[in-house]
Amino acid sequence: MAASGDEVKLLGAWASPYVIRVRIALELKEVSYEYLEQEIWENKSELLLKSNPVYKKVPVLIHKDRPICDSAIILQYIDEAWAGTGPSILPSDPYERAVALFWASYVTDTWLSTTKKIINASTEKEKAETVEQSLVGLSLLEEAYEKSFKGKPFFGGDNIGYLDIALGCFLGWLRALEKISGIKLIDRAKLPLLAEWAEHFGAVATVEKLIPKTDKLVEYYTKVHQPK
Amino acid sequence: MACEKGEGDVVLLDFWASPFGQRVRIALAEKGVAYEYREEDLANKSRMLLEMNPVHKKIPVLVHGGKPVCESLIIVQYIDEVWAHPNPLLPTEPYPRARARFWADFIDKKIYDCGTRLWKLKGEALQEAKKEMICILKLLEGELGDKKYFGGDAFGFVDVALVPFTSWFYTYETSAGFSVEEECPKLAAWAKRCAEERESVRKTLYDPQKIYEFVGLLKKKFGVE
Repeated sequence: MAASGDEVKLLGAWASPYVIRVRIALELKEVSYEYLEQEIWENKSELLLKSNPVYKKVPVLIHKDRPICDSAIILQYIDEAWAGTGPSILPSDPYERAVALFWASYVTDTWLSTTKKIINASTEKEKAETVEQSLVGLSLLEEAYEKSFKGKPFFGGDNIGYLDIALGCFLGWLRALEKISGIKLIDRAKLPLLAEWAEHFGAVATVEKLIPKTDKLVEYYTKVHQPK
Repeated sequence: MACEKGEGDVVLLDFWASPFGQRVRIALAEKGVAYEYREEDLANKSRMLLEMNPVHKKIPVLVHGGKPVCESLIIVQYIDEVWAHPNPLLPTEPYPRARARFWADFIDKKIYDCGTRLWKLKGEALQEAKKEMICILKLLEGELGDKKYFGGDAFGFVDVALVPFTSWFYTYETSAGFSVEEECPKLAAWAKRCAEERESVRKTLYDPQKIYEFVGLLKKKFGVE
């Protein structure tokens, strides 16, 4: 392919929620890109190792031959590099921006690690404890929604934005968790605002297209976690 | 809330030795922003801190016009946007901005935790942590290259993110038995340059000996010999 200099490549892995974040953002901005599926366990490609030598992980966005790593950083880059096209991903007000960044960071750094423990819980007691911890995190988000974002369908307002993408990218895996462990985290009875939000988010055309089918994720999980 | 003072007021909830808090102090100083500093007793957190950061209950928290901003790098970015001049910290172009965010995030993920292992652990675990710290510092030195600052000619976001840890270098070196100057001479030179040329850094950082004594107290508290 002739290098136009402006071209966009995305190094990704289909099941990765972090990669889904980037794809949603690129679609929102109507950016055409070449998607390159990567081996992420073994046999990592030269391109991946060269583009992300520090972490050797996906997603990596390559724009004008320059790599950008880390989904949160990529999202902010996309918002800035294509500021003139499509909707804004981050809020324009500095305070609202700080709030969105804070909650996205909370989701990725705190909530996610507690939630991952659910799938790996070996006893019923452990399962109950890990679920409880994950729910504490989601309750904080529910409260935040009530306080700062109520009355709007999304954290981003009338359209999806940074925090919607940061949290919503996990929807596929949350559905898979339900199938694997029988646990529905975003339960309408306990978290009505988040349940409503999840429905709206899941129904957005771009999102529906990009979140993998639940059965595929369950199959993938089973394969990766097969006893060796 | 008892301390409401109205629009435009800036309060910083902080702890003197915190390198994360120091990032914020340096950013505010670079911008010439007047603020009220409130020292927190981390063993007895104030009601204001618990209200302003109910999620993590941690410092630093910047309270601007009564509204809290949490997480040091998010605060620094906020300060850079609200008080854009003088001394902008993030570059203007998207790619250099992304690069700055990447390295600041790297510093966040790696330095404090690895550094803590250097003074908490012994034996094999300590040797591993030492190797890791040297690796981390060399990577950072690679990014600095021959530039005056990580930000280029101007003191910037990554410089602010890293510089508070320079007063911890003495503690790391002494705990693990290595020399930053020997392993990463350019980084050592950068640290000196920041202290010499930036008043914000000079006025904010504590003497490495004081940090070393502080860590001594922490070690006693955690029962580390």
